[in-house]
Amino acid sequence: MSNNVIIAAVVAGAVGIGAGYALFSGEPIQTVVKESVTSAPAGAGTLDEVRARGSLNCIINTGLAGFAAPDDKGKWTGFDVDFCRAVAAATLGDANKVNYTTATGKTRFTKLAAGEGEILSRNTTWTFSRDVDLSQTFVGVSYYDGQGFMVPKSLGVTSAKGLDGASVCIQTGTTTELNLAEFFAANNMKYNPVPIETNSEAQELYKAGRCDVYTTDASGLYATMSSFDNPSDHMVLPEIVSKEPLGPVVRHGDDQWADIVAWTLKAMMAGEELNITSSNVKSLAGKDNKNKEINRLLGKDPLQGVSKLGLSPDWAVQVISQVGNYAEVFEKNLGMSTPLKIARGANQLSKDGGLFYIPPIK
Amino acid sequence: MTYFNNIWRNEKSREIIIQIFVLLCIGWFLSWLISNVDANFKALGKDISFEFLFIPAGYDINQYLIDYNNRDSHLRAGIVGLLNTGLVAFFGIILATLLGVTLGIVRLSKNWLASKIAYWYIEFTRNVPILLHILLWHGIIINTLPHSKNAINIADISFLSNRGFYIPKPLTENGIELVYLLLVIGIIFSVLFFKHAKKKQDLTGLQLPVFWINLSVIISLPVIGFFVSGLPISLEIPVLKGFNFKGGMHMSPELAALTFALGIYTAAFIAEIVRAGILAVDKGQREAAESIGLKPSKVMKLVILPQARRVIIPPLTSQYLNLTKNSSLAIAIGYMDLVATLGGISLNQTGREMETMVIVMLIYLSVSLSISAFMNWYNNKVKLVGR
Repeated sequence: MSNNVIIAAVVAGAVGIGAGYALFSGEPIQTVVKESVTSAPAGAGTLDEVRARGSLNCIINTGLAGFAAPDDKGKWTGFDVDFCRAVAAATLGDANKVNYTTATGKTRFTKLAAGEGEILSRNTTWTFSRDVDLSQTFVGVSYYDGQGFMVPKSLGVTSAKGLDGASVCIQTGTTTELNLAEFFAANNMKYNPVPIETNSEAQELYKAGRCDVYTTDASGLYATMSSFDNPSDHMVLPEIVSKEPLGPVVRHGDDQWADIVAWTLKAMMAGEELNITSSNVKSLAGKDNKNKEINRLLGKDPLQGVSKLGLSPDWAVQVISQVGNYAEVFEKNLGMSTPLKIARGANQLSKDGGLFYIPPIK
Repeated sequence: MTYFNNIWRNEKSREIIIQIFVLLCIGWFLSWLISNVDANFKALGKDISFEFLFIPAGYDINQYLIDYNNRDSHLRAGIVGLLNTGLVAFFGIILATLLGVTLGIVRLSKNWLASKIAYWYIEFTRNVPILLHILLWHGIIINTLPHSKNAINIADISFLSNRGFYIPKPLTENGIELVYLLLVIGIIFSVLFFKHAKKKQDLTGLQLPVFWINLSVIISLPVIGFFVSGLPISLEIPVLKGFNFKGGMHMSPELAALTFALGIYTAAFIAEIVRAGILAVDKGQREAAESIGLKPSKVMKLVILPQARRVIIPPLTSQYLNLTKNSSLAIAIGYMDLVATLGGISLNQTGREMETMVIVMLIYLSVSLSISAFMNWYNNKVKLVGR
């Protein structure tokens, strides 16, 4: 090829790129990414999309006992999974119409942003920058958690302040990393971080003795411990070093959808407050209750705005009858009857000494 | 119309037209990709910004070659990760080259057992994915070596446990300058002596034992200086303190596993390349060399390898590049390389996927191109000069 041809080729390439760009920079083309990404911020649409598909896409943990883990039949169960089911019950009337997509701590926000799910229900901590900078909407807190440390009892440590010089396994891509750095710096201690991608890998390294300590949210520590052969050989240290309000997340821009998810969570809590359980909800819905709030929640008396949400009047009946109220879901997945044996603690209604205070249903 | 036909029928101008058309298509496709990303980012309410590089990273890194703490910026965390990538690539390339060249030669050995062992090693190793090699080595180190409290004690100064390998760290004291000076003198002497010996061999055919003389000079001069200046090096011996060993030099199990896995895996490919290179040398060359009475080792070193090198270097370059790129699998075992720091934790803490990924890709691209440029330079140096 002569020099002239090369020059011509370069010029043509530049012209081609320029011409192509000029042609198309004016009108955005939105075919590569899934439709939902580009349509969602324009306003409503998520609910219609879910209805049209006939199922809800929910992003959950890759495996954390009690929160999202497959049972012996391969069916996903757990606290976060039940919340997906509750939203499916509210919007589609059937709690089983959920497709689950798993995500690691690292991939979850990208997956939500890319439209792989309508809800991220994966013990995600609500922080300022995740809410604001990543353009997501945290719709509420479903579980008040805090970061803790798990050690083998044989290590002879009784306080996190005695961990100077320890090797610490952490799940990467979480707020945990920053809390850990701050806690050790604040106490003038050194440590050796061993960053791990998923909970199961971290468990293996902890069991093999690669790390002295495993740190994550306390709920996750109890979940991990419950899956060990000898849970009693390990303990969670008393220090809780961070605030971790966990809750479901949706994309920015569709307020209707955010409201649906937020009020599904509140309906489950209101169910506990009003003593509506999965066993009595049908009979309560069928009669006129003295407490008019029950009537409004269950669609007996009109509740203004339900149609605006695009839901049928019996949406809360579907949620509580098919999935249960908050207390039922908590006890079934995490409570004293499960291997996790997590006490309600902060995760109770305010009238019982917890942090849940539900806005009036009116 | 005839004018157009003339242009179209002319081979040269037709070539140009087709190329312009293809380039237009490529240009259109690229601009479509860019504007699509742009539009989708706008729709998501995201912008492209690199400011995050200069805010404190907030996380700790377990292995750093330059000073680092969690108040340093994401940029510095990225550089720490890049150096860790470089470190493992460096060790890996050395291991892969030594092992690969040896295996390639052994594979052609007339000794049936040695040749078969090399054969099975190569076939097994290169047919198992690299990620499995990494996980296997990490698993072996973590699960078979004892806990740091029962570490394998080597002469009370080195310790081997599943937290890594600890060896004493030499600390220099006053008077060390003499040792350095004598080392430099030793090296200068060796270079001069090498030239002298070559000249002498060219003139008289007499061979001097260059290697042994140079080796003893380079070692003995600094050692003499070390004793004369009053033992200016002390050792910082690692001690078990609390949970882990403190002091000394430390090689983490992750670095060790990654080096072994990358080195051993790539060595299998290099062995095949070396074998191909040796076989590419006409067997008449070997016969001729043998017939003038050269020892087998000299035949290999002076006749076969210099010619084989020309065949070996281009594919060897791509193996070095592969090794460097494969080191990004480090994240599977928690070795904090570039992908784990800037492309992992920084990405996650800041949510800047596009920006971090673009930076990481550009860095890998420039590292690969640099290795490539170096190997091309070396290849040009050794290739057959046409007369």
